[in-house]
Amino acid sequence: MLFVGILVLVYTFVPIGYIFALSFNQPSGRSATAEFESFTWNNWETICEPDGLCGSLKLSFQISITATILATVLGTLMAFALVRHTFRGRATSNLVIFLPMATPEVVLGSSLLAMFVAVGVDGLLGFITLVIAHVMFTLSFVVVTVKARLAGMDSRLEQAAMDLYANEWQTFRLITLPLAMPGIVAAAMLAFSLSFDDFIVTNFTSGQSVTFPLFVYGSKLKGFAPQLFVVGTLMFLISFVFVIAAELYGSTRRSPPNLRRRRPTY
Amino acid sequence: MTEAVTTPPAPPAPVVDGENARRRGWGWLLLIPGMLWLAIFFLFPTVQLFFTSLYDPSGSFERGYAMTWHVANYADAIIDTSNLFVRSFMYAAITTFVCLLLAYPLAYAIAFKSGRWKNVMLVLVIAPFFTSFLLRTLSWRAILSDQGPVTSFLQTIAILPDDGRLLATPVAVIAGLVYNFLPFMTLPLYASLDKVDYRLIEAAGDLYSSPFTGFRTVTFPLSLPGVVSGTLLTFIPASGDYINAELLGTPKQYMIGNRIQAAFLTERNYPWPRACRSS
Repeated sequence: MLFVGILVLVYTFVPIGYIFALSFNQPSGRSATAEFESFTWNNWETICEPDGLCGSLKLSFQISITATILATVLGTLMAFALVRHTFRGRATSNLVIFLPMATPEVVLGSSLLAMFVAVGVDGLLGFITLVIAHVMFTLSFVVVTVKARLAGMDSRLEQAAMDLYANEWQTFRLITLPLAMPGIVAAAMLAFSLSFDDFIVTNFTSGQSVTFPLFVYGSKLKGFAPQLFVVGTLMFLISFVFVIAAELYGSTRRSPPNLRRRRPTY
Repeated sequence: MTEAVTTPPAPPAPVVDGENARRRGWGWLLLIPGMLWLAIFFLFPTVQLFFTSLYDPSGSFERGYAMTWHVANYADAIIDTSNLFVRSFMYAAITTFVCLLLAYPLAYAIAFKSGRWKNVMLVLVIAPFFTSFLLRTLSWRAILSDQGPVTSFLQTIAILPDDGRLLATPVAVIAGLVYNFLPFMTLPLYASLDKVDYRLIEAAGDLYSSPFTGFRTVTFPLSLPGVVSGTLLTFIPASGDYINAELLGTPKQYMIGNRIQAAFLTERNYPWPRACRSS
C-alpha cells in the first residue's frame, strides 16, 4: 500500500517536473508547450519580458492579499461565533457557510456577474469586484478551517486563566488567540492560494483587469511564453518554503509560549 | 474574548459545562459581517439567478426580460445541450471513480503506513497544487502532446495506433480532470481513514480474516464518510469545470461549463444559461 501511495505521489509531481524543465526551454517558435528544444537560463533573467506578465502578477498579489485579509478577519469572527456561542439559527448559518463550497464555480461567477450587471456597477468591474468575489468564495474555507482548530481547543485552559484573575481581554490575548493562531494562519494561507489561483470566478468578474491566471489563459491565443513556466516554478518553490515554515511554526506553537514565559519561577 | 473585536461584549456569563464552553449572549453578532457578505454576494445572486432562469427568453439584453415563470427554459436547456449534460456527467463520474482508485491507496498509506513521515507526505499531497492550475493543465498538454513521451510510449507498445493521439481526446480531458481534482479526494479520505482505530483492523486479522476481507468488511465501511465527501468534493467541481476541456480537448469534448461560459461572456443570452445551471 505504501508503495502504491508513493507511486501516486510521484505521479502528481510529473507535471511539476515538466514545468520546471520547460522553464529552461528555449523554444524556436513562439509557443513553448510542445517539447524541450534547447537549454537556456534566458527565461529566468527575462521574467517580465512578455507583455503584461509582471503587471498581471502584481494585480494578482494585490487582489489576493486584500481578499485574504478580509476573508480571514470575517471568517475568524464567524468561526468564533459558531464554536463559542449558542444562538438560534446556528444550523442555518452553518448551511449558508457550506453552500458556496458545494456550488460549482461557474454558478458563483456567473450569478455574481449578473448581479453586478443588474445593479449597474458593471462599469466598475475590476479590482473591487474581484476582491468582493474572492472574499465571497474563500470565506467559507476560512470559517471551516478556523472552526476545526477552535473545536479541538481545550476550553479548560481559558477557564484556568479566568480562575487566575485574568480578565476576558487578557484571556483572549494570552490564551485563546495564541492557541487559535495555527488555525488562523492555515486558513489565511488556504484563502490566499485559492484566491491567487482562481480562474473561473475571476474570469466572470474581472472586466478588463488581467490577473495571472487570466494572463496564462489569454496566452492560449498568443502562444505560451516560456517565462510562464518560470513563474510556475517560482510559485511552487516559494509556497513550498512557506508551508514548511508554517509546519515548523505550527509544531513550536503546540504549547503556547506565552503561557510558558509567564509562569512564575518558583 | 469578545472584547477583542468591535462588537458589544458578551456578558460575563458563567461557563455552564466544562466540556463545551458555549455561551449565550451577544456573541452571535460576530457572525454578522461575514454573513452579510455571503447574503449579498452569494445568496442574493444565486436566488436572482434562479428567478432569471424563469424569464421569458424572447427578451434581449438591451430590452430587458419579462418574468413569466417560463419553466420551459429548463426543458429547452436540457434538450439543447443534452449531449453536453450527459458528457459532463460522464466525465465527472469517470473522473471521480479514477480519483477514488488513485487516492484511496495514497490516503491509506498516509494514514497507516507513513509513521513519522505523515506530515511530510501530507505536505507532498498538496505541494504540486501550489503552482497555477492553468500551468499544471498546460503541462499535461505538453506531456500528452503528439510528440510527448506518453503518446510515443503507447505507440511503441502498440496500444495506440501510429497516428493515434491522446491530446484532443476524452482520455486527455479526463486525465486532466483526475489530476486537478485528486487532492479533493485524497484529503477527505485521509481525514476519515486517520480516525479509524487501527486495532479494529488488527482484530479482524486476529479473527482469521484475510487482509482483503478485513479491508472489505472493516476498513472500507469505516472510511465511507470520507468516500462520500471526497466523491462530492470531486464530482461537483469536475462537472462544472471547463478549463480541462478547453486546453486538453476540442469542442467535441466540451462540457456544460464551456457552454455556460460562452453563453454568458460572449452571447449574453441570460435566461438560457441560468436554466442550465440551476438544473
